[in-house]
Amino acid sequence: MPEEPLLIARAIRKQFPGVLALDDVSVTVRAGEVLALVGENGAGKSTLMKILAGVYQPDGGEILYRGQPVTFSGPLAAMKSGVSLIHQELNLAENLSVQDNLFLGRENTFGGPLKLLDNRPAAKSGGVLLERVGLPASYVSKIVGELPPGQKQLVEIARAIGLDAKLLIMDEPTSSLTQAETDRLYEVIAALKASGVSIVYISHRLAEIRRCADRAVVLRDGRNAGELAKAELTHDNIVRMMVGRDLKQFFPRNHRTTAGATVLELDGLCYRGGPTKPLSLQVRAGEVLGMAGLIGAGRTELSEAVFGLRSQSAGRVLLNGDAVRIRKPADAIRAGILLVPEDRRKHGLVLEASVGANLSLPNLDRISHRGFLDDGAERSLHAEMIEQLRVKTPSAAQAVGLLSGGNQQKVVFGKWLARGPKVLILDEPTRGVDVGAKTEIYTLIDELAGRGVAIWMITSDMEELLGVSDRAVVMHEGHIAGELTRAEMTEQAVMNLATGGGA
Amino acid sequence: MSGTIKLGSIFAGSLGAVAILWFTLALPWPTTSLGNRYQLWSISLVVSLTLLCFTFELSWRNMLRLLGVLVLLGSILGRLAIIQFLEGDKTPLDKSNIFAILSEQGSLGIITLGAALLILTGGIDLSVGSVVGLAAVTFGTLMEMGCPPLAALAIVLLLGVAIGFTNGLLVTQLKLQSFLVTLCGMFMFRGFARAINTSNTGLQQAKSNHPEFAESLDSMRALLVGKAANGAVEFPATLVVMMLLAAIVAVILHKSAYGRYWFAIGYNDQAARYAGIGVERQRLSVFVICSTLAAFAGILLLLWGGSANPSNAGNSYELYAITAAVLGGVSLKGGECIAAGLILGALVQPIIFNWMSFDQIPDSAQLWVMGLALLSGTIADELIRRFRRRAKG
Repeated sequence: MPEEPLLIARAIRKQFPGVLALDDVSVTVRAGEVLALVGENGAGKSTLMKILAGVYQPDGGEILYRGQPVTFSGPLAAMKSGVSLIHQELNLAENLSVQDNLFLGRENTFGGPLKLLDNRPAAKSGGVLLERVGLPASYVSKIVGELPPGQKQLVEIARAIGLDAKLLIMDEPTSSLTQAETDRLYEVIAALKASGVSIVYISHRLAEIRRCADRAVVLRDGRNAGELAKAELTHDNIVRMMVGRDLKQFFPRNHRTTAGATVLELDGLCYRGGPTKPLSLQVRAGEVLGMAGLIGAGRTELSEAVFGLRSQSAGRVLLNGDAVRIRKPADAIRAGILLVPEDRRKHGLVLEASVGANLSLPNLDRISHRGFLDDGAERSLHAEMIEQLRVKTPSAAQAVGLLSGGNQQKVVFGKWLARGPKVLILDEPTRGVDVGAKTEIYTLIDELAGRGVAIWMITSDMEELLGVSDRAVVMHEGHIAGELTRAEMTEQAVMNLATGGGA
Repeated sequence: MSGTIKLGSIFAGSLGAVAILWFTLALPWPTTSLGNRYQLWSISLVVSLTLLCFTFELSWRNMLRLLGVLVLLGSILGRLAIIQFLEGDKTPLDKSNIFAILSEQGSLGIITLGAALLILTGGIDLSVGSVVGLAAVTFGTLMEMGCPPLAALAIVLLLGVAIGFTNGLLVTQLKLQSFLVTLCGMFMFRGFARAINTSNTGLQQAKSNHPEFAESLDSMRALLVGKAANGAVEFPATLVVMMLLAAIVAVILHKSAYGRYWFAIGYNDQAARYAGIGVERQRLSVFVICSTLAAFAGILLLLWGGSANPSNAGNSYELYAITAAVLGGVSLKGGECIAAGLILGALVQPIIFNWMSFDQIPDSAQLWVMGLALLSGTIADELIRRFRRRAKG
């Protein structure tokens, strides 16, 4: 007889205006287990997680927590009962110290209604909490804003432990962490698990789920799609259950031809704030050059320097053999070097604006005449891009922020495709994009390469790197640690270079 | 234990500083009869200095934030000293002029405290100047109509509470933006002031209408703004009042849970909400504090000036207060504030105007010189912060 589950959610239903987000979803969390919650974007993971943590109230079904039916009136009520949500957007006041954050809202005070602070007990117990998540106790007095993202997350976990959490719900906890920080997080998760804390873990990275979960619950279109035990957690199984069919040709390579002449060449490039050692790199027509490296290895910075967002201090950028001077993004765009940025929501799109307005933005010169917009040209541009990229949107007037991550990313691609790119720099092209849309983006990359565009793809997703790239360069601490042909590309070889192991 | 020792030594230092001040200014020693004004002022000064120093965290972070305002104040003071010692006919560093500057700093400081708390929690109050005007006019009119001075003071403070409550409710319950709500308030409260009284109201009129209140009015004036019945300045009491209020604000901000909440709310109200803090309630109370302080400043304005004009009493004070707060280390983004810095910030505008009159900068040029000086202060501030960020990597 196994012991009683910590939490049982039964037949949960949640209706939002126009969509049934959850329909008869059930999930059981056992004490001291790591349960992965998997599904495409829009499958209902976030909604379910927010219902468990008291952010939303379910419209139907019931939640049993430690054997008792509960309704959490809000996240605070859930937290007090021991259910804490570790947010994707961290819920810390970064202007305050670690200790202030650990005890925010439950400070130790004296003087009755004056609520004067007594910081001494907090300093002591705060240190103990930090040590449980693997941070030095002396960090209690540090300002949270000065910590790297991984440590901030650990502080948030420490706060949940301080509230005597029995169940931690983590939403994409590793999306902004470095490899070392991720490893640290796994250790903390293991330790928490050993002390009887249950963890519900949401991630898009299937490799992570294989590594740390005991069990996975898969959601599809707001319903339970199935459950996988630890032994069944293979990539194929997870993906099949998520999309409800076999994904043939996850990484299509139908249009790839042998690479042509060098299109983009960086010749001894140095940029402000970058490494002193000059960088050289070539990208050929029709190839996808994958660029791997740990977070902080300087990949994004290099691409920003080429795109004119950082000033270049030495060296040359050559396009089809001719040196081009790039001092601002407009220079790069005019030359045909286009960037799909890492942070789509911040840098790739104007979220509140419509799909059409976003598509038009970098193409205004083409759809206007003597400074006046040509409505017909604009409409046909929108229609062409939406059709060509198969963007799922009711119309071009829809606010782009309301689309799914995958469709948003297609709009970012669409902005550039209308200009006929020579070089396309893709920085983490499928981050936060669900599995189905990923395939579509890979198909698109494949088609573009087939048309002779030189593609430089920065990625932290190992499967993506190995599946899509024709050639890979690996960066380590700002310089190029090595280059791998498609035949040489293995996870081992890439990680070896990325961590400074040498070729 | 170390806290007690620190508090003790700061107290001793403050006591010494106030004693030296009394000696240099040759003020009456506050030793004789109990309840003597000088006694109250000196005790208040010692207590507020002690609390302000005790709550100020002496760190590089804080010092750099205040460096800009310190440089600005230092250079103007330097210029005043040059005028004092090289141009014999002008004496900006004499007691009477210093008293005048400090009194102005006092009244500006009181509204700066409120404005700063509001900015700290992510709001803004543009109605402050109009509230000052409305409070001054209401206070004068009430007394002219025969309301005893103390009762008038209480009524005007309650008016401030009511205004803050209204503003706060509109912002926290109807979810209107504080900028808009208080912008409308700016017009409305100015309009109310002009509706209450079409001409100047003044202490003289109140005293002649109701001679029975003359005595209590004079003693209130002497205590709160340090002016004798004949209008001579005995002591910059406004500054003392402001220091006391600043000390209270400093304790709340830096040593109580409420301050902790306000910092959290200003930086990330979502985080505050998830930590179980009643965000809307805290915001509402800060609105009340801000408007009440502004109303109090209006009372002091009338007591100091003797009369108030409904059309221009307190005009553009909200902007002076916001500038003073920013110079004093408040970030307009919210979540940053140093109580002690606000006192320095509030000194900038009075001292610049004073310096301009000594350097005979014509009236027509005063506004742009003032604007330029404040702008250079804020630019210096920003550059220092940027430099610090870069130094950190």
